[in-house]
Amino acid sequence: MGGTAPALTVEDLTAGYGPVRALRRVSLTVPAGAVVTVLGGNGAGKSTLLRAVSRTLRFHGGDVVSGTVAAAGRPLGGLTPDRVVAAGVCQVPEGRQVFARMTVEDNLRAGGLARRGDRAAKAAALRRVHTLFPVLADRARQPAGLLSGGEQQMLAVGRALMAAPELLLLDEPSLGLAPLMAARIADAIREINAQGTAVLLVEQNAALALRLASHAYVLEVGEVTLSGPAAELAASDEVRRRYLGVGDAGAAGDAPARTAHPVLSRWDEGTRTPVPGPRRKENR
Amino acid sequence: MSTFAEFLINGLSLGSVYALIALGFVVIFRATEVVNFAHASLLLAGGYFVAVLHEPLGFWPALAAGTAGAAVVGAAVEFLVMRRHRGADHSVLAIVTIGVDILLATELTRRIGTDILALGDPWGDAVVTLGPVTIAETRIAALLAAALLITAFLLAFRHTSWGVAMRAAAESQETAALMGVRLGRVSLGAWAVAGALAAVAALFLTVFPTPGLERGTALAALKAFPAAILGGLDSTTGALAGGLIVGVTESLATGYQTDLAFLGRGIGDLAPYLVMVAVLLIRPAGLFGTKELARV
Repeated sequence: MGGTAPALTVEDLTAGYGPVRALRRVSLTVPAGAVVTVLGGNGAGKSTLLRAVSRTLRFHGGDVVSGTVAAAGRPLGGLTPDRVVAAGVCQVPEGRQVFARMTVEDNLRAGGLARRGDRAAKAAALRRVHTLFPVLADRARQPAGLLSGGEQQMLAVGRALMAAPELLLLDEPSLGLAPLMAARIADAIREINAQGTAVLLVEQNAALALRLASHAYVLEVGEVTLSGPAAELAASDEVRRRYLGVGDAGAAGDAPARTAHPVLSRWDEGTRTPVPGPRRKENR
Repeated sequence: MSTFAEFLINGLSLGSVYALIALGFVVIFRATEVVNFAHASLLLAGGYFVAVLHEPLGFWPALAAGTAGAAVVGAAVEFLVMRRHRGADHSVLAIVTIGVDILLATELTRRIGTDILALGDPWGDAVVTLGPVTIAETRIAALLAAALLITAFLLAFRHTSWGVAMRAAAESQETAALMGVRLGRVSLGAWAVAGALAAVAALFLTVFPTPGLERGTALAALKAFPAAILGGLDSTTGALAGGLIVGVTESLATGYQTDLAFLGRGIGDLAPYLVMVAVLLIRPAGLFGTKELARV
């Protein structure tokens, strides 16, 4: 690894879809070799942030309006998505998006397409993925569409690792997974990070994300409203109440504080009308 | 019985040529989700190059040059026209290809005029006689060449990085881009391959017993549309099956025309479309096509 430049620097990023601004002057940093998480509900702009980094906003009719994104000191603005991958930044898309009609083997091969030549490096990347997720070796010849949800998530992560990224972008890796499988994916993320890959983790499962990350940002309707070391955020009332679903007593008391930002996101309605029993599950 | 065998072999040969055209059509559709209505013009361009070049160069170099030329025309259409509109609605792009087709067809028609151009193939009107069955050499050459090209294509599609990139892009353009697949290259490659396959098909559509390359050759090429559609627009296997079905149907319907006189003349030309409609009534996505699935 080496190099002191942060794995990712986002400065004053404003992006949107046509007239709609999905992100407003967002700044964040992923230090080299760190795990950083971005929390937020539906519509907070988390996926837009990742698309702005991976340069795939145009697939959704969006664009970056202003601000800069740099990976390891190299600006990513204006690049095509494949160049972003070549620059060492690879994204695992939300909802896994494995190539269902292709075999597991071919999915992994597709992940390695950005790196040309160098058979030895590709073989090493494949060994790394198979060590991390042995099930992918067992199922190499099966169509990816036949894997279980958890296995598909493993494949999606493994496929991204085939590009040997220095920064891995993960969009909701625990989405729709049973708790046990989510925990296994979390272990894998920890292991990948320990091997030297920085991770930017976007999650609605705040408890899981805050355990993995060293640093966290909270995104609400396109703006960063809170940031700090993950442990501190996990201990703060605001995050405990709204993202971890604990300490519900003060909900009525801090209604004025909330009107400070006119929040439109859907989960906010849940906090306004407290439900008896266990607090809302993570927003699915 | 021997006439039936002749019709069948001729049909398979013709079908394999349709399969070449349909394959190019499917490749473009899979890589870019665009229905390419300019395909018949690509074919005419390839045939025209061979026709013009075979006298100065000789047949084989002319065939190579014509194939390369059609590939370049295909790539140029992608690069100059389609690329400018990438991200536009696929149905808009399909209509853009109609415009391209009109441009190409008009220019080629002007150049060809009312002539019938020979392509200078080495087979001429020679025939092979196997017992009671008599087959034109050109039909056998067509069958072999198509089988060879299709096999090579399918192997490349399954095993090379190009094929993996193409299949990944076919499943999801965005995800493929996220994995570092260069969509521009995939699309360019698809158009070039489609052009090259069409040029070879042009050769076999214009050799004996057909008089030669003329304006109407593009119409013959249009029969690859029902082939691609009845096979399922997004399936390479479907293109092969569709091509063979259309070829055999046409050959048999033409061959037994006199027995089908109650249907009127020219049933051979109509038969591929009838088969297509019949197949689509039973399987709306085509024989091997992916059904449109909406996940809720």
